[in-house]
Amino acid sequence: MSLPLQEHDYIGLSEVSPKGNSDINERSISKGLNLKATELRLGLPGSESPEREDVNLYGLNSLVSSGAKRVFSDTLNGGSEVDLVKNGGLFSPRSAEKVVEKKPQSSAAKAQVVGWPPIRSFRKNTMAISPPKNDNNADAKSGSSCIYVKVSMDGAPYLRKIDLTMYDSYSELSLGLKKMFSCFTIGQCGSHVIPARDKQSEGLLMDFLSGSEFVLTYEDKDGDWMLVGDVPWDMFIETCKRIRIMKSSDAVGLAPKGIEKCRDGN
Amino acid sequence: MAYSFPEEVLEYVLSFIKTDKDRNAVSLVCKSWYEIERWCRRRVFIGNCYAVNPRIMIRRFPEIRSVEIKGKPHFADFNLVPEGWGGYFHPWVVAMARAYPMLEEIRLKRMVVSDDCLEMIAKSFKNFRVLVMSSCEGFSTDGLACIAANCRNLRELDLRESEVEDLSGHWLSHFPDTCTSLESLNIACLGSEVCFSALERLVSRCPNLRKLQLNRTVPLEKLPNLLIRAPELVEFGTGAYSAELRPELLSNLVNAFAGCKKLKALSGFWDVVPAYIPAIYPVCCGLTSLNLSYANIQSPDIIKLVSQCQNLQRLWVLDYIEDSGLDVLATCCKKLEELRVFPSDPYDVEPNVSLTEQGLVSVSEGCPKLQSVLYFCRRMSNAALFTIAKNSPNLIRFRLCIIEARAPDYLTYEPLDAGFGAIVENCRELRRLSLSGFLTDRVFEYIGKHAKKLEMLSIAFAGQGDLGLHHVLSGCDSLRKLEIRDCPFGDKALLANAAKLETMRSLWMSSCPVSYGACKLLGQKLRRVNVEVIDERGTPESRPDSCHIEKLYIYRTLSGPRVDTPDFIWTMDEEGNTPQ
Repeated sequence: MSLPLQEHDYIGLSEVSPKGNSDINERSISKGLNLKATELRLGLPGSESPEREDVNLYGLNSLVSSGAKRVFSDTLNGGSEVDLVKNGGLFSPRSAEKVVEKKPQSSAAKAQVVGWPPIRSFRKNTMAISPPKNDNNADAKSGSSCIYVKVSMDGAPYLRKIDLTMYDSYSELSLGLKKMFSCFTIGQCGSHVIPARDKQSEGLLMDFLSGSEFVLTYEDKDGDWMLVGDVPWDMFIETCKRIRIMKSSDAVGLAPKGIEKCRDGN
Repeated sequence: MAYSFPEEVLEYVLSFIKTDKDRNAVSLVCKSWYEIERWCRRRVFIGNCYAVNPRIMIRRFPEIRSVEIKGKPHFADFNLVPEGWGGYFHPWVVAMARAYPMLEEIRLKRMVVSDDCLEMIAKSFKNFRVLVMSSCEGFSTDGLACIAANCRNLRELDLRESEVEDLSGHWLSHFPDTCTSLESLNIACLGSEVCFSALERLVSRCPNLRKLQLNRTVPLEKLPNLLIRAPELVEFGTGAYSAELRPELLSNLVNAFAGCKKLKALSGFWDVVPAYIPAIYPVCCGLTSLNLSYANIQSPDIIKLVSQCQNLQRLWVLDYIEDSGLDVLATCCKKLEELRVFPSDPYDVEPNVSLTEQGLVSVSEGCPKLQSVLYFCRRMSNAALFTIAKNSPNLIRFRLCIIEARAPDYLTYEPLDAGFGAIVENCRELRRLSLSGFLTDRVFEYIGKHAKKLEMLSIAFAGQGDLGLHHVLSGCDSLRKLEIRDCPFGDKALLANAAKLETMRSLWMSSCPVSYGACKLLGQKLRRVNVEVIDERGTPESRPDSCHIEKLYIYRTLSGPRVDTPDFIWTMDEEGNTPQ
């Protein structure tokens, strides 16, 4: 029973998945989809694979008219569009999907939308401290709950909050923060405000910031201010209470090693 | 006719009229009743701190003793409102310090309160009694120390899930030895250890202490000593409920709990060691409220507990309870009115527990008084919703969160329109509704048609177009608060129903295709309404009018445009001028 794929037909999904991969691949290829690009992502067959940078509010109408496209708008935390990964049953049978998606720290399992599901920060933070018990999985699931910390920047008029579990490494964190706070530095460029999402200007922004002598510092559980990057990433997200983007001239007195790193343009 | 009625008599009569609604009605009868009423109103509730300002409040009601103010929009709870948005308590406390020296009670929700504010409260109001701060932020334990030290008649200090900068637990020691008035203390949200001996002494010398919610750092071993000193407790929140297994501790706990004969509500239960749960069995039959929503205990333990609480009216629990536990709840707790089931692991794609729509169906079947539901689950069906609607026609609050956005009926793969439609059609008294799952415009047609008493509606990832929003705005007669995120609702519905916005408290829309041009138009059309565009990409003027804005907050106000907006908020001008 080979139904023509309609972009609008959510029911098509149910009839597709029990059949396995082959039909899907056929249809996808006939529609000119690049399967590779949609692996582990969440579009319906026939819908466009959302590129991270291009998915935005402006495209929402056309995408949503396809019925059940999972498109999520820009998040507060670093501007990354994410897709909520469903069963993944679209592309792989359930058992295989388990193997694929249970990788620790895999971005698929951690893909989250800001504020969804709607759970208050207090509850999230409390549960983060006591990871949920799970018979199936030996790994603690603490990686999948949120760790919100406040981020302030010298000279910026207000704070931001980010979820540390959205990042896998210091470089990701640094990039995310640069994107988030670039509007404060770029604002000084005058009336021609470059939207942060413009790819070309992002490169310019990063150049601008790396020359701008800011360093990332954080307050740890003991109340000490440290330079970000001194400890292994996993230890960092467990001990970091809050982050401050400091002018490097003010960062004297923190680990000298770190300051040297800065001078190297790290 | 009003003149033949002495003022004092009318005032006396009015003292029995408590609700704002009734008071407002009284004030509309005639000018002299308006005058008399406003002089004797003691309590004011401000649902949106920007709908009015301190000056207006003080001018109309000069003799207020109790104030309740709410700040940020509800979606701030889920990090959708940027930091620095507003909701500052400071201008209020400054004005009230001058105008209401006899102020006794302050209740705040989602407001930014600084230590300065707390100091001002402590020093300006000699008769200050009640401070409740729910989901507030901006203050530290230093501010609390000030309150503790200076409020001689403090009865209630309730910090309810506020975000407090926790410098140390020392602040508690600032309650003077002369303080014996405390009736309610909730410090559950604090992270650091309070000085336990100070706490013990405080509890000992406050004979009227009815509510006490400890924080996680208070160890289980300390509980017996505390409880013995507070036999009048009606509500109690434990700290971490874990310790090494020691029989004498268990028996001490049992005795201590048994000594609290008036205990009706329990909460806390962080880090539970199941072996200690039986300590509360003696009080179970008297419990009307049980909050296990932080308790990491599994279904069998929850079942043993819940099956002893025949008088339970409210249960908050994690989804560890599973369908089997909810079956037991349905069988044993026939007086249940409110159920909240929270997800233990909301971010994992796979379910970690066996909790499905069936649990909620069972409760609706077994608990005829069910009024209020908040339920997180991973799958739902129209059939289940039909059953729930049929079983629980008295629902007042129905908040369903299917964890995966846009999840359809898991049996038929259809949208859940019909199911939610049944809810609004059968539950005639429904005042609050939160939708989830795969929904088309149909569901909004049903809502607009049937949900005539609905006051608050929360929508996420739903609908197909403007028609959906139009149904809601044109049909829901009682709608006061509407919050929408990530829905394809745009300009047309808003502009067509602009007048409706003047009758509501507020509308929040984020990640919806609303254009800047439409916002400007709304700003022009609407009188006494603030149309605020929230956009962190810089001024919307730098983009075409057809560009969609990030977030929109529209609310009625007597106060004109805000004067304290951060630089990512633009208030649309009534003249249609370009905002700065």
